[in-house]
Amino acid sequence: MNDAADTPVLRARGLRKEHGEGEGLVRAVDEVDLDIGPGETVAVMGPSGCGKSTLLHLLGGLDRPSGGEVWLNGRRIDDIGEKALARLRRTDIGFVFQAFHLMEELTAVENVELPALLAGRSPRAARRRAEELLERVGLAGRTRFLPSALSGGQRQRVAVARALSNEPSIVLADEPTGNLDSAATLDVLQLFEGLHESGQTLVIVTHDARIAATADRMISMRDGAFVDETRLTGGTTGRLGALIGLED
Amino acid sequence: MGRILLVGRLAVRDLRRRRAEAALLLLAIMAATTTLTLGLVLRDAAGDPYQSTRAATGGPDVVASTARAAGLPGVTAPAKPAGLAGVAELEELAGAPGVVDHSGPYPVTAAELQASGRTSDVQAVGRDAAPASVDQPELLQGGWVVDGGVVLEAAFARALDVRVGDPVTLDGRSFEVVGVAVTAAMPPYPKASCVFPCMNGAVPDGEPPAGLLRNPGLVWLTQADVRNLAPDPDSLAYVMNLKLADPAGARAFVDANGEDGGAPPMRTWNDILEDATELAGDSQILLLIGAWLLGLLAVASLSVLVGGRMADQTRRVGLLKAVGGTPSLVAAVLLAEYVLVAVVAAAAGLAAGSLTAPLLTESGAGLVGSAGTPSITASTAGSVTAVALAVAALATIVPAVRAARSSTVDALGDSARPPRRVGWLIAISARLPVPLLLALRVAARRPRRAVLAVASIAVTVSGVHVLLVLNAFLADQPLAGGYDDAQVEVLRRALLVVTIMLLSLAAVNAVVITWAAVLDNRHSSALARALGATPREVSTALAAAQVLPALAGAVLGVFPGGYALFAAINAATGGDGDRATLPAPWQLLALVLATVLVVAALTAVPARLGARRPVTETLQAGLA
Repeated sequence: MNDAADTPVLRARGLRKEHGEGEGLVRAVDEVDLDIGPGETVAVMGPSGCGKSTLLHLLGGLDRPSGGEVWLNGRRIDDIGEKALARLRRTDIGFVFQAFHLMEELTAVENVELPALLAGRSPRAARRRAEELLERVGLAGRTRFLPSALSGGQRQRVAVARALSNEPSIVLADEPTGNLDSAATLDVLQLFEGLHESGQTLVIVTHDARIAATADRMISMRDGAFVDETRLTGGTTGRLGALIGLED
Repeated sequence: MGRILLVGRLAVRDLRRRRAEAALLLLAIMAATTTLTLGLVLRDAAGDPYQSTRAATGGPDVVASTARAAGLPGVTAPAKPAGLAGVAELEELAGAPGVVDHSGPYPVTAAELQASGRTSDVQAVGRDAAPASVDQPELLQGGWVVDGGVVLEAAFARALDVRVGDPVTLDGRSFEVVGVAVTAAMPPYPKASCVFPCMNGAVPDGEPPAGLLRNPGLVWLTQADVRNLAPDPDSLAYVMNLKLADPAGARAFVDANGEDGGAPPMRTWNDILEDATELAGDSQILLLIGAWLLGLLAVASLSVLVGGRMADQTRRVGLLKAVGGTPSLVAAVLLAEYVLVAVVAAAAGLAAGSLTAPLLTESGAGLVGSAGTPSITASTAGSVTAVALAVAALATIVPAVRAARSSTVDALGDSARPPRRVGWLIAISARLPVPLLLALRVAARRPRRAVLAVASIAVTVSGVHVLLVLNAFLADQPLAGGYDDAQVEVLRRALLVVTIMLLSLAAVNAVVITWAAVLDNRHSSALARALGATPREVSTALAAAQVLPALAGAVLGVFPGGYALFAAINAATGGDGDRATLPAPWQLLALVLATVLVVAALTAVPARLGARRPVTETLQAGLA
C-alpha cells in the first residue's frame, strides 16, 4: 500500500474498530493497513464520519482496536497496558487536536511544559524546552498568557508546541485547522511545513483538500476503509500558502 | 519532582478557578474537623482550672480519710467513720516515705444545711483559723472560718444561691455565711467526694438507706463548731491532705500504702481531677458523636460536590491522558485538590476547635481560673488530619478512579456519563402529574446522588432526634447526670454547637445536591420545556426530586436511625437509656414534616434559578 522507508515509524495491519453488535454492528475502521516512514507527512482525508479520527485515535493509542495490530518504532502497541500506553504517548507521540484542548487554568508555557513534566524532566529543563518551543512557533511574547487571552491560531500553535515537547517520533494532528480562519490556518500550515523540513513524521487528518495537498502522501477514507492513496510530488516544499491559495 | 510540581500546580489552579466550590468543600470538612478537635481537646482544656486551683490552694497530692468502705449498693463511700482509731492511722500515714508535707487530720461531720428555703446534705470540715500549707481553700468572697461562721464551697454556694452574709442553719443551728471558697482537695459540687456514705447523681427508686447523704455539699467551719455539731465524738470522720515529693507518683503511693494493709482510704489528685472534669468528659462524648455525624455529612456533601466537579473535568481528564498521564497520575491530580482542601480544613479545624474549647468548659464553678487554650498534641493533630483525609478520600476515590479509567477519546469529546435508565420507574411515573413525573425521573437519573441525599438527611434527623432526647433529659432531671444548673448550661452549649453544625451542613448539602441536579438536568429540563412543560412545573419537579429522598431520609432518620444512634451513645457512655424521655410520636412526626418543608424551601431557590434559563441557550449549549 505504500513505498515508505524500510523501517516504518508507524505500522498498522488489519486494523479494525467496531461499535455495536449483530445487525447494529458498525465498522468505524475496517481492515486498514498502513506504513508511515520516518520524516514522512501523510494526510488522511474523507467526509465526516468516515472513521479518520477513529483511525488517528487507534494509531496514537488513545483508543483500543477491535482487531489488527499497531506497531510504533518496531514495538507492538495495541496489546500493551494502559500505563505503558500512557508512557508511550508522553514520549513517542504528539497530538494536535481540532479543539486545541489546552488546560484553561495554565499559561501557554505551562501547557507546553506539561508533557515534559509528566515524563519526569526537571521543572527547569521542562520550562527551558517549553520556552524554546514557544519561540519556535512565534509565541515568545505570549508565554505567560492564559489560553483565553490567545487567538484561535495562537492556541493551536501552543498545542503544536506542546505536541513537540518530548521530541516525539510522530505527531498526529486531528483537523488541526478545523476551528481556524484563513490567516490562522496559514500560520499553522507554515508551522507544519517547518516541522516537515526538520524531519518530523506527521499524520494529519483533515477534510480540507487544500491542507491534504501539502502532504507527501494523501490517503482517502470512506466507510472506515482506505479507498485511494496518492503520492504528491509538490509535498511541503515551496510556498505552502501559495500552493493552497491562502496567499499570493 | 516535575510530576509533583505538576500535580500541585493543577490542583491549586483548579481550586482557584472554582473558589466558591472550594470554599464549600472547605467548610464541609472543617465543620467535622472543628467538632472533632473540640471533642479531643476538651478534657485538656477543662483540666486547666483544676490545675490553677491546685496551684492557688496548695492542693494535696493525696487525700486520706478515716472512714471505711461501705457495702451498700451504689454507694461510693465509706459506711461509718472510724473514730479516733482512724486518726492514729492518718498520723502514721503523714510519716510515710515520700510525704513531704501535710495538713490535718481535720474532723468532718455530716449535717443538713438550710438556706434560702432550700435544704441539702453537707459534709462539714473543721479547720483552723490559721492558714494551712496544704489545701488552704482559696477565698472567692468574704473571709475564712470563724466560730459561728461557715464558708461554702463555691459551686455549692452558687447552686444554693447563697452569698456572704446570708444566714443558714446546720442541723437547726444558725450560722452566717462568712466566705465562699474553692479547693482542689475535693471535686466541686455536685461531685463531692464522700467522706461519709453518700450518693451523687439521681436518687434511685425506693427509699435510700438511712444515713446516706445525697449530693452533699462541702462547707468549712471551725473545728470547735464541727465538734459541737457532731452528735458524739465517735461519729466524727477525719481527713488529711498529703503533699508528696513526687506528685506524679500519687497512685504508686496509694498502692504502696493501700487499704489492703488496713490503711485509710485515699484519693489521688488524679482521681479528683477526673471527677472535676467529668462534665468535660460528657461534653467530649457529645462532641465526638457530633463529629462522627458531621464527618458522615461531609462525606455526602463532598461526594456530590466532587461528582459535579468531575463531570466538569471530563475533558481535562482526557487531555491529561492524551498527553501521557497514566491512570494513577490522573487519579492523583484529581485527588490532590481534595487532599489539599482536607489538609487546610484539618489545620483550620484544629485552630478553631482549640480556640473555642474554653467556651464549652465550665469556668469558675468551684474552681479558679478559666479553661485555657489547650496545646494540640501530635495524636490529636494526627487524628483530625486523618479524619479530614479519610473524608476527602472516601468522597473522591470513586469518581477519581472512574475518571482515570474512562475512555480517553470519550473524555476528550467531553461526553458526560449517561444517566441510568430505570424502566419500571419510567413506566410508573407516566401515570403521575407532570411535576411528579419529572421529579421521579430526575431522582432516578442519578441513583447514587439520591442515596447520598437520603443518607445526608437520615444522619441529620438521627442527630436531631438524639439531641431532642438529651435536651429533654437535661431539662427534666439535671441532677440525674450529677450536674448543677451551670453545668447543664455548658452541656446545652455543646448540644447547640453540634445542632447548629449539623443543621448548617445538612442545609448546605440540600442546596448543593439540588444545584448538582439542576446542572445535570439542564438539557432534559430545557427539552421538557420545549415540549410544553412550564418553568413552574420544571422547578417544582427539581425541588420535588429532592423532597422525595428527604422524606425517605427523615423517616429512616427517626427510625431506626435515631433509636440506633441513641443506643450507640448509651453503649459508649455507659448511660441508662431507660431514664431518658423519648420524643412523643407527634414530635417525631413534626420532625419529619419540618425536615421535608425545610428541604423544600431550601431547594426551591436553586430549582427556580435553574428552570429560568432560556430553553434555546441550553439546548444549543448541549450541541456545542
